[in-house]
Amino acid sequence: MEMKPMTLKSALAAVATVAALSLSAPAHAAGGGGHVEDIAFSFEGPFGTFDKAQLQRGWQVFREVCSTCHGIRYVSPRELTMENGPGFDADQVKAFLADSGWEVVDDEGEPGDTRPMKLSDRFPPVTSAAAPDLSLMTKSRAGFHGPLGSGINQLLRGIGGSEYLYSILTGYHEAPACAPDDFGGYYNTTFGAGGIPDSCKDDHGHSTVPGTWIAMPPPLTDEGVEYQDGTPATVEQQAEDIAAFLTWAAEPHMMDRKAAGARNVGFLVILSVLLYLTNKALWAPIKKKKKA
Amino acid sequence: MSAIPHPKYEPKTKIEKWIESRLPIIGLIHGTLMIPTPKNLNWMWIWGIVLAAFLVVQLATGIVLAMHYTPHADMAFASVEHIMRDVNGGWLLRYAHANGASMFFIAVYMHIFRGLYYGSYKNPREITWIIGILIYLAMMATAFMGYVLPWGQMSFWGATVITNLFSAVPFVGGDIVSFLWGGFSVDNPTLNRFFSLHYLLPFVIAALVAVHIWAFHSTGNNNPAGVPVRTKNMGEVNKDTVSFWPYYVIKDLFALALFLIFFVVMVFFMPNFMGHPDNYLEANPLVTPAHIVPEWYFLPFYAILRAFTGDVWIVQLTSFITGGIVDAKLFGVLAMFGAIIAMALAPWLDTSRIISGRYRPRFKWWFWLLVVDFFVLMWVGAMPAEEPFATISLIASAYWFAYFFVILPLLGFTEKPNRLPESIEADFDAKIAAKYAKKADAAAVQPAE
Repeated sequence: MEMKPMTLKSALAAVATVAALSLSAPAHAAGGGGHVEDIAFSFEGPFGTFDKAQLQRGWQVFREVCSTCHGIRYVSPRELTMENGPGFDADQVKAFLADSGWEVVDDEGEPGDTRPMKLSDRFPPVTSAAAPDLSLMTKSRAGFHGPLGSGINQLLRGIGGSEYLYSILTGYHEAPACAPDDFGGYYNTTFGAGGIPDSCKDDHGHSTVPGTWIAMPPPLTDEGVEYQDGTPATVEQQAEDIAAFLTWAAEPHMMDRKAAGARNVGFLVILSVLLYLTNKALWAPIKKKKKA
Repeated sequence: MSAIPHPKYEPKTKIEKWIESRLPIIGLIHGTLMIPTPKNLNWMWIWGIVLAAFLVVQLATGIVLAMHYTPHADMAFASVEHIMRDVNGGWLLRYAHANGASMFFIAVYMHIFRGLYYGSYKNPREITWIIGILIYLAMMATAFMGYVLPWGQMSFWGATVITNLFSAVPFVGGDIVSFLWGGFSVDNPTLNRFFSLHYLLPFVIAALVAVHIWAFHSTGNNNPAGVPVRTKNMGEVNKDTVSFWPYYVIKDLFALALFLIFFVVMVFFMPNFMGHPDNYLEANPLVTPAHIVPEWYFLPFYAILRAFTGDVWIVQLTSFITGGIVDAKLFGVLAMFGAIIAMALAPWLDTSRIISGRYRPRFKWWFWLLVVDFFVLMWVGAMPAEEPFATISLIASAYWFAYFFVILPLLGFTEKPNRLPESIEADFDAKIAAKYAKKADAAAVQPAE
């Protein structure tokens, strides 16, 4: 897949747009741009957990579609066997690696040598500026700001990065009439960091259409992957699955974290009650004296 | 150690005597823990313990994080991810450390405003107050450098913006900035020295905390009534005070446990709430984020820094008088540091001889306006530098200075204070009596229903 390299200027403009939009964005926006759909993912809220089958489907989408251009350099194949993650067997992951043909630098060989990946490696980095690494994408695009800009919604509905990914992947639409046919990129109603043709701007230079033009061609198609568990592979389903997988990839210990949180809160509540009663009993004689 | 008389520690066992005659450390601990403490302290007096606890949390988590972190521009970001993924409990250490910094600042702001309301800065506690401000400055430096260490986009650009402030110093500004950077831009040498200083400063803070405690243990605690402990004889002291252990230790631990519930909810359920998503992008000197937003605890002073632009008359006047040496940039930097120095000068700017704001009817209004002002500054600090935020931040900054340099000095002369309680004991008794009267009222109403 050939992609236009982003120039420095357009990269700066892109970042400027994202930042400007994310500050002025309404309660629902994440990462800027247009509409972000709020999905009820299984991992949201204080007791949310990952759906193992969904993570496995998401990994399949990553392997068969995303990994053509993007990397997940901070993730290690052994993590795919995590019980609170995708939970593959080690043999399954080894088979993926053998299939993939991914190679990493061989530290023990001659300079420049590569060898097939092992479970303990990390996935190879992809350095193309046009295809950013996806390991932390859901966390770097977080942005549920509501209600009233307090961000408290993050507690119940997740940080928003997963929704942003879903919305980008399902946000491709027919370009609006104002755009010239030869304008570069693909019109996406969620993406906020891309270009906008001048013909789609008003007199003040503000865009008149939601979203911007993104360099990435629509990556997902209906039945573009064939799910092993028989789930119908609609674009929406694939988008949800890959968003879930990349949320796990960004925060592989999330389930341990939430479980530990429940224990910690429980412990501290009991401790607080005991300390409250101790404090009350301790001060009672001093206050009693004054009552009389 | 204390100016308030209290029973001295007498070693009883042989081993205690042996130690005490060689190093009087048991006596020191005894004196610190058993110090007579005003018995009318309210719930705003718990923040000191919370602060001490979070200093320990930050030190403990930070020391272990440093074992796994790599202070190199090419590896820092990846090493933080290594901590998050591979180190056992690493995610907990990092999230506790990052959110712990925010808790530290929540507590310190409560502590500072407590001091401002109840006049804890006044005679005889000026030195305690000044040391407190020094601790606060050291905390800000530590937090700022700590935020640079993950080497994300906000780390890098925050470091660039803040270190560039020093370029406003006339004549040698550029040299100072190069010196801070260790080069000609924020780069690996900058990261290295920030890591070193981020490790050093908390121990400086710990030492300052010891002096802070020493200072107010010498003068005795302030209290909500502001009237001093009566010290003519032990009988009077015992009527006004209780010993710190166990009365306040248990009370403070209860408050700390409640605050820790808030802390663990943040750490375990919304650990990235206080952070900026851009910091999960690795630092890139070629891509500037459009809005470089500091952490929330810097926002009020960041707003003051940005408020004084070149089109404000006082900035233009200053520039004219100084022949251009104090330009808008330097004015902003001076204003930012000046806002903190104004707090440090409060003991001498406040002319009222009444210590506690509780008995100052007019002061109260100005004080609460200052609290509102603080939050307004925090809000505009996060907004882009454009209208209407520019005007709001200018007004809010002006009030901050007016409070310390105009209102506090004048109020002492114009205000008629309310009657003070005769003693701490009287204040305490009145509070208890009021509480029981309320309960009695409620009980009296009950049968009628």
